[in-house]
Amino acid sequence: MPTVAPLDLDGHCVAAVFLGDVPHFALADGTIHRLDHGHKTAQANDGLLAAFHDAANDRLITGGEDGKIFSITAGGNAAELASAGKKWITCVAAGPQGAVAYASGKVAFVRFADGKTKEFMHPRSVEGLAFSPKGMRFGVARYNGATLHFPAADGKPVELEWAGAHTGITFSPDGAFLVTTMQENALHGWKLADGKHMRMSGYPGKVKSLSWSAKGKWLASSGAPAAIVWPFSGKDGPMGKAPLELGTRGNAMVTSVACHPSQDVVAVGYDDGMVMAVRFADAKEVLLRRPGKGAITSMMWDREERRVAFGSAAGDCGVIDISA
Amino acid sequence: MSDAQTTQIPVTVLTGYLGAGKTTLLNRILSENHGKRYAVIVNEFGEIGIDNELIVESDEEIYEMNNGCVCCTVRGDLIRVVEGLMRRPGRFDAIVVETTGLADPVPVAQTFFMDDDVRSKTRLDAVVVLVDAKHLPLRLKDSREAEDQIAFADVVVLNKTDLVTPEELSKVEATIRAINPAARIHRTTRAGLALSEVLDRGAFDLSRALENDPHFLEAHDDHDHHDHDHDDHDGHHHDHDGHDHHHHAHPSDIHDVTVQSVSLRGGEMDPKKFFPWIEKITQMEGPNILRLKGIIALKGDDERYVIQGVHMIVEGDHQRAWKHGEKHESRLVFIGRELDAERLKKSFDACQAA
Repeated sequence: MPTVAPLDLDGHCVAAVFLGDVPHFALADGTIHRLDHGHKTAQANDGLLAAFHDAANDRLITGGEDGKIFSITAGGNAAELASAGKKWITCVAAGPQGAVAYASGKVAFVRFADGKTKEFMHPRSVEGLAFSPKGMRFGVARYNGATLHFPAADGKPVELEWAGAHTGITFSPDGAFLVTTMQENALHGWKLADGKHMRMSGYPGKVKSLSWSAKGKWLASSGAPAAIVWPFSGKDGPMGKAPLELGTRGNAMVTSVACHPSQDVVAVGYDDGMVMAVRFADAKEVLLRRPGKGAITSMMWDREERRVAFGSAAGDCGVIDISA
Repeated sequence: MSDAQTTQIPVTVLTGYLGAGKTTLLNRILSENHGKRYAVIVNEFGEIGIDNELIVESDEEIYEMNNGCVCCTVRGDLIRVVEGLMRRPGRFDAIVVETTGLADPVPVAQTFFMDDDVRSKTRLDAVVVLVDAKHLPLRLKDSREAEDQIAFADVVVLNKTDLVTPEELSKVEATIRAINPAARIHRTTRAGLALSEVLDRGAFDLSRALENDPHFLEAHDDHDHHDHDHDDHDGHHHDHDGHDHHHHAHPSDIHDVTVQSVSLRGGEMDPKKFFPWIEKITQMEGPNILRLKGIIALKGDDERYVIQGVHMIVEGDHQRAWKHGEKHESRLVFIGRELDAERLKKSFDACQAA
């Protein structure tokens, strides 16, 4: 039976992550709470809007209402990386060799590890950012499609068009596919080798959480009363295939998904605060946490694959230990 | 009222042409001692010298939904900003969205209906439009937005009344009435009116609007004189085909006005006929309907049913029990373009309970 170590906070949890092996919880007011031999806090942005877990560098990148970019490392060490003036930072991402991307309005910025920064103007607002897993390419989700930039070189960007507002973006771990979340209740995908489109629709709600399974074989998503898990193992991804529907509940919506680091298992968080783990192969479910005060907004597995950190919109956060 | 509704933050949309007095009003909202804290979303940081209030810049990003329906638009910047603001509740009591003079008010209002995240956390309190009494006739000639703003408004602040003659003023007011018979009009100079007339009105919330204004949708009755103005219209050719300007159809006698309103009245409605009818009308006429508002007496229902819509989006709910002796009457107003008043009236009448 899994056990839950709760951390009851007051505020919307934007990101629940492990830094080192310490669970950290970044709240919308910019405080970073951690369970490190007791409850401790640090301060990042004045108003934290976006967060990205930079696994390669074991840090959390945040952006906020104060126009600043912070890097938070284990132990709650918050350091200002950059500032973009008084406009809100709406999205952040981390890439190879310590690069960080962030966006404010129509401009996306890439800050390299040496502190040099490059700007990329767009005709409309930048809504989502993601680096490709290999190389220095990064994708921008925007109105009517996505743009791929090559920040280290001066090459022309690649424009991927698809009508509608694209609000978030992710590359598959092998770099073969690009997937965006949309303002409409749908995902859109491109096979980068030939630009083929993938429409993934039928969600009753907006998709806000995406998680790639081990080796990128599956893409789990929120936005339905079940975790919708698309198969990406074939060369054409999910084209012409039906997704798995895992952890289906009649009275709750899935708001957050986090795939297990090595197994085909997904942690599924719901709008009532419940968390389940579900196995892909047989859809077997294990209850990890009973419903709480608010919708689950963020989850992450630790490196030992033993614990799940979670946070909610109401601030009831905590760590689930599945080995107990 | 459910818990969800009481925790929704009220949003006032403040619109109007440049120079109409928006900034004056906004400054009063921000600086007067009313005990409330406002988060203000503006398109541009202008010369609003306020430092102890939360002001957020937005970009006026209009999204057309990808479902082939051109009238289903929302504003992406509002979705982002409102979502961000609502993650830190407790900092403010209400939101004011100030739109630039050229902004189309439709996507603004639709954002509060169509986007689930925004809808679940906020409620549109009222669309307030500032109108410059002197320059409105000119604005109506050169921009469709000015007309749409009025068509969309719940509250019209008819400002700068000191700059026009009483005759000009009543003509301007009649024009506003012709475009939007359902709005409250306040005549002001220097946007000087009680803020309670503008804020926390519940004007978009029809049930509140009806409580506040028992004569809601009865404005036409006060404006019969409008028909008389009509003939001394100065020398333009006027091709209204001699149709009668009775209460139900209200096409404007001002050439530059293309918005019209159709006010319908009837007795008790058969719910089995009325709901399919309103659904069909809004599906078919959606792009032409800017706003619709109404109060419906349903046969066999002891509560008043209020209904409102923006384009193809229609919402309705029970409001309160009919009071003792209150006439069970249905009233509905459509504000839009190219509305077929006769057809609307006939098909509405056909929904009446036997």
